[in-house]
Amino acid sequence: MSTTKDSTAERAAGGRKLGDWLFFNLTRAFALLTLLLLAGIIVSLFVGSWESIQKFGFSFIWSRDWNPPMEKFGALIPIYGTLVTSLIALIIAVPVSFGIALFLTELSPVWLRRPLGVAIELLAAVPSIVYGMWGLMVFVPFFAKYVQPALAATLGNVPLIGELFSGPSLGIGLLAAGIILAIMIIPFIASVMRDVFDVTPAMLKESAYGVGGNTWEVIWNVVLPYTKVGVIGGIMLGLGRALGETMAVTFVIGNSNFLSNISLFAPGNSITSVLANEFGEAPPGLYTASLIELGLILFLITLTVLVFSRLLLLRLSKQEGSKT
Amino acid sequence: MELLTQRKLINKAALSLSMAAMAFGLFWLAWILFTTLQLGVAGISVDLFTKMTPPPGASEPGGLLNAIVGSAIMVSLATALGTPIGILAGIYLAEYGRHTWLGHATRFINDILLSAPSIVIGLFIYAIYVAKVGNFSGISGVLALALIVIPVVVATTENMLKLVPNTLREAAFALGAPKSTVILKVTLKASTAGVITGILLAVARIAGETAPLLFTALSNQFWSLNLNEPMANLPVTIFKFAMSPFTEWQQLAWAGVLLITLGVLGLNIIARVLFRQKHKN
Repeated sequence: MSTTKDSTAERAAGGRKLGDWLFFNLTRAFALLTLLLLAGIIVSLFVGSWESIQKFGFSFIWSRDWNPPMEKFGALIPIYGTLVTSLIALIIAVPVSFGIALFLTELSPVWLRRPLGVAIELLAAVPSIVYGMWGLMVFVPFFAKYVQPALAATLGNVPLIGELFSGPSLGIGLLAAGIILAIMIIPFIASVMRDVFDVTPAMLKESAYGVGGNTWEVIWNVVLPYTKVGVIGGIMLGLGRALGETMAVTFVIGNSNFLSNISLFAPGNSITSVLANEFGEAPPGLYTASLIELGLILFLITLTVLVFSRLLLLRLSKQEGSKT
Repeated sequence: MELLTQRKLINKAALSLSMAAMAFGLFWLAWILFTTLQLGVAGISVDLFTKMTPPPGASEPGGLLNAIVGSAIMVSLATALGTPIGILAGIYLAEYGRHTWLGHATRFINDILLSAPSIVIGLFIYAIYVAKVGNFSGISGVLALALIVIPVVVATTENMLKLVPNTLREAAFALGAPKSTVILKVTLKASTAGVITGILLAVARIAGETAPLLFTALSNQFWSLNLNEPMANLPVTIFKFAMSPFTEWQQLAWAGVLLITLGVLGLNIIARVLFRQKHKN
């Protein structure tokens, strides 16, 4: 009697052990799957673009020909468009995000902090196609009518940078795309900055206030140096978003594969807009392979930026752990 | 005294600029929401939910029924496919792999996938599935969206499980429960609200995704429930209609944009409320 009881108990224990082992390995397998996904993406894009890599080699990156009928492909103009629009976005978004984070952590009345923070986060949740459509239908006409002439009349006359703000006011173009991108990435950068500002130990800030610093001095000389790694990480995160953003850019960049001058008013193309516009219609073969290579280049650029961003943010959280 | 006034001035200027920045941020949100409401509401009608998308040059304006249904099908299937994978991987990260190399590596890669360009996910599915099968299909759209769901669910599940106090785990272990039971019946149960928040956020994220669908599900002008054919969906339909020269189509696109915006913002707000209620006490 007692032996049978023991054996059922043992069997139950054994079954539980097996269940435990199975569950552990199941979760581990899916974790591994997530890990392999990244490698899978790189390998598959590499394989998909092999034809184009073989044909053009490195000249693909700096050739400005994009001529599907002649089967000549070069990525310079889309790469240029992607980098320039993202750069414009950063130039606008970084100071604004810093201001927002400063407001949310130091200035805002406590009861307003949450609703305002949520509002900014909602701005991040709005799908990019909404930004794109709004950009094309509402922002671009306004931009062409009022902002571009004003910019041409003022900044356009400044030596050196004047060239950037010249040409016809079409509305659509690199500058409009950069501005829409800026609006899109402000919430990402601002919420990271707010979060890292919040990790500054209160004691540190209070000491600075105690020796007579005012709000701005405390932020600039204490909080910012303490959190600079995280701030840069947040900026990089925003840059990663801007580089890979598709719909908002495709609507307003103008989709032109020619670039004759450096004016930011000119229509252009980014890697993502070329993909969005041309991939569906491209016949299999060299054309498709070249487009996939564009995707590969984009992925490698964003990957570098995002890895850098993560490493910086990780460093900040480690530093935080060691000091508390 | 001179220095003090100067310092005060700089402080005032900086703080005013900060306030201006906040206003700048809210200004865009207000402008975008206002236009979407203004132009979208005009397009809301019963037809929108009962008629198909119109062909070019159609005499009647038509609706978005096939696109709405297509989006709903793809989003639900993608969520159903991506959520279990994400939850299990998240459980590994929080419960088993906190300090293992696999845990660290997966956490790092997952954070990167979270911000990876969605258009590249579309290219990936195109390369491994669409190109092999030979045609665009609803199922490939589902796969692409599921790949976007996974990192979101992994990240939230892990974070929520980490919030569960260790004393709870220890109490369950002390009763003799094996680890899988502890996780499934105690820790996961304690963080249900958080995990659901993550799923809602993932749905909100993919509901508006356009780029990954361009090369996978494509779009379909007609009613189709066949997952092996191109499938109509809201975002790509909006893209097509917004770029078209016809005012009726643009009107439909605005109505679609309004639906998506309301849905996505609604899901976000529900997720936040849910999470807050749970973690109030």
